[in-house]
Formats: sequence, C-alpha cells, structure tokens
Amino acid sequence: MKKYGIEVDCANCALKMEEAANKVPGVVKATVSFMTQKMKVEFEEGADETAVMQEVLKACKKVEADCEIFL
Amino acid sequence: MNMTTKQKKVFWRILLTIPVLLIVHLLPLEGWLNGIFYLIPYLLIGYDILKKAVRGIWNREIFDENFLMAVATVGALLLGEYLEATAVMLFYQIGELFQSVAVGKSRKNIADLMDICPDYANVETKEGQWKETDPDEVPVGSLILVKPGEKIPLDGTILEGVSCLNTAALTGESVPRDVKAGDDVVSGCINLSGVLKIRTTKEFEDSTVSKILELVENSSMHKAKSEQFITKSAHYYTPAVCYSALALALLPPLIRILAMGMEAQWSVWAIRALTFLVISCPCALVISIPLSFFGGIGGASAKGILIKGANYLEALAKAECMVFDKTGTLTKGVFEVTEVHAQEGFSEEELCRIAANAESFSNHPISRSLVAYYEKQSGITPEQESVSEVEELSGYGIRANVDGKPVWVGNRRLMEQMGIAVEPMGEAAVVYVAVQGKYAGCMVLEDREKPQSLEAMQRLKQAGIRKLVMLTGDVKTVAEKVAARLGMDEVKSELLPEQKVGQVEVLLKEKTPGHTLVFVGDGINDAPVLTRSDVGISMGALGSDAAIEAADIVLMDDNPLKVAEAIRISRKCLRIVYENIALAIGVKGICLVLGALGIANMWLAIFADVGVMVLAVLNAIRCLEFNKK
Repeated sequence: MKKYGIEVDCANCALKMEEAANKVPGVVKATVSFMTQKMKVEFEEGADETAVMQEVLKACKKVEADCEIFL
Repeated sequence: MNMTTKQKKVFWRILLTIPVLLIVHLLPLEGWLNGIFYLIPYLLIGYDILKKAVRGIWNREIFDENFLMAVATVGALLLGEYLEATAVMLFYQIGELFQSVAVGKSRKNIADLMDICPDYANVETKEGQWKETDPDEVPVGSLILVKPGEKIPLDGTILEGVSCLNTAALTGESVPRDVKAGDDVVSGCINLSGVLKIRTTKEFEDSTVSKILELVENSSMHKAKSEQFITKSAHYYTPAVCYSALALALLPPLIRILAMGMEAQWSVWAIRALTFLVISCPCALVISIPLSFFGGIGGASAKGILIKGANYLEALAKAECMVFDKTGTLTKGVFEVTEVHAQEGFSEEELCRIAANAESFSNHPISRSLVAYYEKQSGITPEQESVSEVEELSGYGIRANVDGKPVWVGNRRLMEQMGIAVEPMGEAAVVYVAVQGKYAGCMVLEDREKPQSLEAMQRLKQAGIRKLVMLTGDVKTVAEKVAARLGMDEVKSELLPEQKVGQVEVLLKEKTPGHTLVFVGDGINDAPVLTRSDVGISMGALGSDAAIEAADIVLMDDNPLKVAEAIRISRKCLRIVYENIALAIGVKGICLVLGALGIANMWLAIFADVGVMVLAVLNAIRCLEFNKK
C-alpha cells in the first residue's frame, strides 16, 4: 500500500481517476480522496510499482486531462 | 488568493485575452480578415477547451461541457459572430476558474479543520533515546513521548504524566479534557500542558485517527439520490440538448421553405440553436450539488459529526421519527444517588457514611456511585480503616464491620435472606442498609438524563420531528419517568436487544413514505438496530470501533445536542441543493424558451450558463459554515 499526492479539481474527477486507476493491471485496489488530495494504491504481489504507477498516471490523464499524480 | 499553477495559468490567459479582444474589436477590419484576427483571442482563451473536446470525441466520451462549448463557439465563429464566440469562451473560462478556486478553497478549509493526522511519533529506542518515527512504523506496545503542543500520534494508555487534551479536532468540543496516568487516550488529540509517556495499544492503521480519516475520505463515494439523479441525467441530458439544438437549426428553416414558402433564414436559426446550446450547459448543477454535500459533510465533521455519505445526509434531512436508546444515549449510563431514606435513629449522613464505607472496597458500579455520592456530599473520602471483615456477596451486596458493628448493604434479596423487613420501594435500583440486624434505611439510585438531553429533544421537536421514541431494556416505571421528563412521544420498556429491532420494524411500517426513521444509540449492543433503521447514529464513538463500524453517522462525543445539530446541518444542506436545482432549471428553462423564440441572444445565454453557475456555487459554499464553531 502506497500513498501518492495528487492534484485534481473536483470530486467527480477524483472518482473518474479512481475508476481508471482500478482498471490498470497490477493494481489490486486504488482509492482517491478528493478531500485530502491523495491516492492510495495497493499493488499486486511482485508488481513493478513504478511501472504500474506510470500506467495509472496515463490512464488517469486519459479520463481527466488536468489531473496530476506526484510520483 | 492561493491558486494552483494550473489555475494561475488560466487566470493570466483571461487577463491577457481581455485587452487583446478589445483591440481586435476596435480594429477597422471587415469580413474574413476580421474573423482571422478574432481567432487570436479566441484560441488564446479556448485552446484547451477545444483540445479537450477533440480528445473527448477521440476517447468516445463526447457530450460533456467541453464539447458543448466547442460546438457552440466554433459554430458562432463560422456564422460570423466572432465577438460572441470569443466572449462565450472567455466567460466560460472565468466561471470555470471561479468554481475551481471555490471548490479548492472549501476543500482546503475542511482538510485543515480535519487536520488530525500526526506527522511523527517520538518513540523510545532500545538505547533509551527518543527518536522521531513515522507513526505508520510504530509497533503496538511501544513507549512514545508526547510533548505539550504535539498531537498524540497513536492510541494508547498513559504511563506517566498529567496533562489536559484538546479534543476539538475530533469532537468539535473546545473544553479540554484532563488526563492522568492510567487513562486511555486516543490519537488526534492535542496535548496541551504536560509531557506524557504513553504505551501504544494500537497500530496506526487501527488507531482512531486512521479510522476517522478513512471514514471522511470515503464519504464522497456514497452519493445522495439527488446527486445520482444529476449524474445519471447528465448522460441523457447533454445528447438530448445537442439533438434539440440540431433540430432547432434544421427544422424551422425547412418548414419555412417547404410548408410556408418563405425564406429559410438558415443563419438566424443556426444562431438560435447555438444560443440554445450555450444556455443548456449543465455545469451549474453538476458542480454545485456535489459541492453542497461536500460542504455539509465537511462542516459537520469539523463539529465532531462524521457522516459516512451524502445519501445519509439526505436521509437525515427527511427524518420523521427518531428512536433513541435510553442508557448511555439520553442518560449518562452511570447510576447516581437521587434519594436517601433514613429510618429513625439514623441521620442521612450517617446512613451514607456507613454505606460508602462498607462499599469502599468494591468495584461494582453501584458501589462506586455510593462512594462518589458520599464524597460529593461530605467532602471526605470513606475511612477504610474503620471497616473490617468485608465480604462481597455476589448478586446480593456486601457484609462488613463498620466501626465494629456488623453492617449489610445490598438489594432487597439480601434483606429478605437476612430476614430483615424493609419499606417497599418501587424503583429499580435501591440499596438497603441494615446495621446490627436492624433496617437503617435505603438509598435510591437512578441513571440520570444527560444535562443536554431535554434541550436536544425540544430542538428536535422544533425542527419538526414528528415522533420521538425511547427504547430501553430498563423497567417500566423508570423508563416512563425519564420519558416524561424528556417529553418523548412514545416509550417501550423492558426490551431485550433483539426486541428493539422488532420495535424499530413496527415503527418503520408506520412512517409516511418518503420520510425516514433515525435510530440513535451508543453503539454498544445495538448494531442490528443501527443497521435496520434508515439512518443509524452512534454517539460517544471516541475510542469505540464497533460504534464507528455499525453506524451511518458517528458522533464523536456523547452530547445528544449533536443529533439536533446534525439534523439542522442536513436540512440546510438539502435546502441549498433544492434551491440550486430550482435556480438552474428555472433560469435555464426560461432562457431556453426565449432562445428558441429568438428573444434571448448570446449574451443572455452566457449569463444563463456562467452567471447561474457562479450563483449556484456561491450558494453551495454556504453549506460549509466553517467560521461557526
């Protein structure tokens, strides 16, 4: 389980990011909190966390172009 | 004003666009050349919207606001309405920036109020040194040091030190709480005066702070019905308005040519269709409604009322019947001596002294109440040296020698067993005292109402709660007395925990549809009822995991006035949501009709879109009330 700071403007966009992140392979569970501007990611065993997070960022940018994840 | 880099960029683009637009507007240009010059401010202000619209089409997520704006403004440009096209984009960006800053500011305000997360813990190392450690990495049973001004990072028990704690961030209560060695403390409190050494009892993940943060963070996932309605209808709404606009652009001219033999006026209808598109942008609703709920939940959590989702806030606002547990919820859950009846030959003080002395070795709650009463009345602690041969008769009471005389202190059964005749008292908890085999008097104990209970019930009545019900396992006489004092409408007594669920089910059937039943309990033994009712509120949750788990709304302290406060917040929040729905739909509806008839022009359309959004956002911010503590 790792926590990342994010930048997202609205609660709905945060939810979209969460949905997108959860679909990325290697992610067991991702939760995005708009209130605290944080994303919690639980990775699969043995997953390359940096590579997975790059994919998560890409997936999030696709649904919400303005968002940012501070890796 | 604090803006993110992204917001600042938009801000400067807006500032730059205005003079450029003015200059272009004043240039003596005609026709296509004019249009090309207008492209400078238009693209400056709108390039990202166009990009997002294209990307949306590419990702098959068309029909969002960006798409609407792009179609409307590009259409206006093609029709030669250059100034209008640029202005629509400009005002749309101003509105977006405004709401983005407003949302960000509300978010930050709530996050600051809920700033209970500790950054570090001072942990004792093997060498006996103190080391700053991430609270996440502190194992159970570690010794931590908390200096004045620091947050308690983990739940634990105080080993050493005396201090007072500020629990405001958790409970919303500003009165500090005194603590000493042996007391359990919860994380998130701020240590105010003394240095405390604490033995941790939980890992960070299980500690109060984590539980609360998780609850608050997850609350945005439970959407209210009105919120769901907006998101769902947005799926149909935007395509619907797009097709309507298309129909408005095509059908009237065709009818004019084919059926009425008139001039088609293609451009007139095309502009009306574009105006229609701008007006219909759903931003005001899409943004303001989640913001209202977010503000309401955030404002409530700053007051120690944690709401697990917008749906519960909505349900709470529709409360019609409120069911309360008695012990620990409306009453203190602690027995207090309320009456002393001394027989002839004994004074009341003497009776209390004998009882307190005899009971001073016992840990039974009633024993402690007797001792506490004696200490309060006389100002002295029981003289344990005057007591000897203490024997605790479980289920009956105590036998001891006080001042050398044999004394029996206990319930009626004890007296009957001893063959001592006593005066009959109807109450549930009566302690009889006999000295040297002779009845000396009795003391009546009661579980008293909390000082705020009466006011809380009155406020709920004023708020229009139709039925206040009390459920209790206590005996009828006591229950009815308490209920009468608090002005409850109904009372059900002598219930076993599982019978409470049955009672709630009956009440659920009786309520009017569209309204809700709220159950308030202390989280002990009432998880089934909390789940069964429409909204379950548990109070006094500070340190009780079960209560946090089972309830929909959690009150961090055990003040019943918070229930009334929660109702007030929920009602206010819902009212603001409905105001915004009415405002947005009303203004847009009128403008849509005017636009279709050709009375409203593009400028009115901009107001209907951006103006309404700004008003709705300003209104939604009222839900926050972060200044009122």
